[in-house]
Amino acid sequence: MATPQPEPAHSAITREPIDARAVIARVQGDANGAVITFAGIVRNHNGGRSVDGITYECYHAMAERVLDAVVADARERFEVRATAVHRVGDLTVGDVSLFVAVASAHRAEAFAATEYIVAQIKRRVPIWKKEHYCDGESGWVGS
Amino acid sequence: MKVDVLFFAVLREAAGTSCQNVDAPAGATAGDLARRVLDTLPSIPRSLPVSIAVNEEFVEPDYPLHDGDTVAVIPPVSGG
Repeated sequence: MATPQPEPAHSAITREPIDARAVIARVQGDANGAVITFAGIVRNHNGGRSVDGITYECYHAMAERVLDAVVADARERFEVRATAVHRVGDLTVGDVSLFVAVASAHRAEAFAATEYIVAQIKRRVPIWKKEHYCDGESGWVGS
Repeated sequence: MKVDVLFFAVLREAAGTSCQNVDAPAGATAGDLARRVLDTLPSIPRSLPVSIAVNEEFVEPDYPLHDGDTVAVIPPVSGG
C-alpha cells in the first residue's frame, strides 16, 4: 500500500558538527521499517596525495535551496522520508562533511534514494572543497 | 543595467572578491556576462567548465539578464 510520506524538516547547510542522531530522528516514523544513512567523511588521501583537511565553501542560499530540491525529488521518486545536512567551513580528517538519512517502509527504496541523493548533491549543489595537503599545498577539487 | 556578480571558490580567489556590481549592456545574456567576467581572470583556464545561476536558479547561457539580477558564475561543484 502506497502512502505519501510526510515531509520532515528541511535540509540544511551548517558550519557546526553534524548531529547524526538528530538527523535520523527527523525521518523516523512508525510506518518505516528501514532507515539508511550515509556519512561523507574527510579522508586522509586523494589522487595519491596525503590530505590533512578540507575547507568547504558554499553559495549558502542557493545551496540550501538545491539541497531541498534534491531531497524533494528523492521523496517523489522513491516514496521515502529523507533529509540531508552538509557541513561547510574548515574540516579535518575524520570529520563528517555530509549526512543523509532516508526512511521507508522497506529497505530497497531507502537504499536507492540514498544513492540518488548523494549522487545529486555531488552533481548539483553549489558547494566547493579546497583540499589542504600534508606538503603545505592546497587546491580546489575539480577546478 | 547593473547586476551583481558573485564569485566562489577558485573564481573568488582569482577575482580577489566575492561580489562585484557591474554594468551590462541592455539585452546581455547570462552567458555574455560570464564570458566577459572570465576574460578578466587570466589565471583561470578557458577550458574551465562553468555553470551560471541567476537569482539562485541555474540558467542556460542564453538567459536574458535584467537590471538588479544577481549572477553567480559557478565553477565545478565538489560537495559531498
